[in-house]
Amino acid sequence: MTWSEMQPLLEQACWDTLYMVGWSTLIAVVGGLPLGILLVLTDRGGLLQNLVANKVIGQIVNIARSLPFIILMVALMTFTRWITGTTIGREAAIVPLAIGAIPFFARLVETAVREVDHGLVEAVQAMGGNTWTVVRKVLVPESLPSLISSTTTTIVALIGYSAMAGTVGAGGLGDIAIRYGYQRFETQLMWITVAILAVVISVIQFAGDYAARSLHRRGAHSGPAPKLRLLKAAS
Amino acid sequence: MPLCPGTPTPAHSTVTETHVITTTDLTKVYRSRGREVTALDGVDLHVREGEVYGVIGQSGAGKSSLIRCVNLLERPTSGTVTVAGQDLTALAGRGPRAGKELRQARSRIGMVFQHFNLLSSRTVQDNVELPLEILGKSGTERSRKALELLDLVGLADKAKAYPAQLSGGQKQRVGIARALAGDPKVLLSDEATSALDPETTRSILALLRDLNRQLGLTVLLITHEMDVVKSVCDSAALMENGRIVEAGTVSELLATPGSELAAALFPLDGEASGEDRTVVDVTFQGESATQPVISQLARTYNIDISILGAAIDTVGGLQVGRMRIELPGRYEDNVVPIGFLREKGLQVDVPGREAVLAKEGAK
Repeated sequence: MTWSEMQPLLEQACWDTLYMVGWSTLIAVVGGLPLGILLVLTDRGGLLQNLVANKVIGQIVNIARSLPFIILMVALMTFTRWITGTTIGREAAIVPLAIGAIPFFARLVETAVREVDHGLVEAVQAMGGNTWTVVRKVLVPESLPSLISSTTTTIVALIGYSAMAGTVGAGGLGDIAIRYGYQRFETQLMWITVAILAVVISVIQFAGDYAARSLHRRGAHSGPAPKLRLLKAAS
Repeated sequence: MPLCPGTPTPAHSTVTETHVITTTDLTKVYRSRGREVTALDGVDLHVREGEVYGVIGQSGAGKSSLIRCVNLLERPTSGTVTVAGQDLTALAGRGPRAGKELRQARSRIGMVFQHFNLLSSRTVQDNVELPLEILGKSGTERSRKALELLDLVGLADKAKAYPAQLSGGQKQRVGIARALAGDPKVLLSDEATSALDPETTRSILALLRDLNRQLGLTVLLITHEMDVVKSVCDSAALMENGRIVEAGTVSELLATPGSELAAALFPLDGEASGEDRTVVDVTFQGESATQPVISQLARTYNIDISILGAAIDTVGGLQVGRMRIELPGRYEDNVVPIGFLREKGLQVDVPGREAVLAKEGAK
């Protein structure tokens, strides 16, 4: 296979991957962020403590996370057809990708939001803020560096998942690597695809890390350690 | 108008007789895994308008639960909390979530925290603006008020800095500015100086004192450091095992025989040098401090007096002297000289005797 033959294939694959990963990341963030925050809020001692809801959401997230993506894709076919009108192509691949990524991202959000110092929540409550204020002014902005890292991780995972989207004819870099590289022994093309994937993932990881770090730097905690002195009076 | 923390303010008191914080029979019981822990056991607290009131106690004494019950961050199990004439416990409603009325009431109660609790993602100015955002104030009004408050706490030049770039003392100043943003009548201070070094502690306490004087702000603070009570408080309460065991104005406490708080505010050392000797603690306040009572005592009864320890200090803006003296003979032999000191208007404590007297009194 010559370069002039490979080039249009690769170009199209790059666009397909970006399209699928871009949309599914967007949907995963929009869906996973509230879900992750809800997991924290409904937990024991949370602002909206509701252990039943917490268990239910937690179980759904766990099950969705443990399904292999390829199974999820097949299982969701009816749903996908209902949403997009088809089970084949890029749009059809976005549905299972997004639905697979929502619980994945939600768990990461949960971990990030749990890290926020409870004292900050209390401070806002003491000012008269309600739960929505706490979410908007404290939980999200304070965990933003971690949330950005979580998004990066999700994008990278989605690029991996998207390789399997080829099975529903959605194209993409992973699909090229499998169909041409593996099944047709076009080793050269396969390695080029792998190289492109490596570069794309590195760039995304670097950009994500950079954004998270620059946000985190200003927020570095440097409070003094508490100095306790014993009370003479009551001892 | 910027304050100069550290410089002593003239001691014109803003205290009135109106109670601005009242708790009645406040009880808080924590239940976890079938075990019950009583953090507050029937606490009655009365904080007068315009005073600095210190609650002191060891960790686990319940003081933190107490202050957090005052703005209902912690729901009391029973009892009532009234702040500025408003019964907050009646506003609380059922369930853990704060209703609109309670949230409005909270916005008029400032609170500062041991670990400052500033949002690291916001600048100093934006941190101070946060309560104003919650109150729904406009952008220009918020920034005007925030800068005014930062000026008041002496941090006008740090408005654009992030909390991570500030020292502990500066962070607490931001915390105080933020607590004042809603123009509160009452400021709650939850161990505000416990994470600070002694010098910074002094400057933060001086700031609280100035704010109390200038704005007529009532301050309820909890602490485990006696020095805090000594330097800023008009009144104090001692908590042990979820109960207030002693409470009153500093001068009342000093005038209470056998008061643990008074002894801790003003410690005296020195042991009797022999069996047949009586140790007496004499406390001078105001007028009586100027009289040469000890030499009068020695001349009148022709006894030798040794001074074991003595100190003069300012407690809660009040000049107080304390002296531990030793008289020859047992307590029974010294009833008359001790009576003489009492007659002179001095407060006389005989260490070791209070326990006996208290028992007799109880009978």
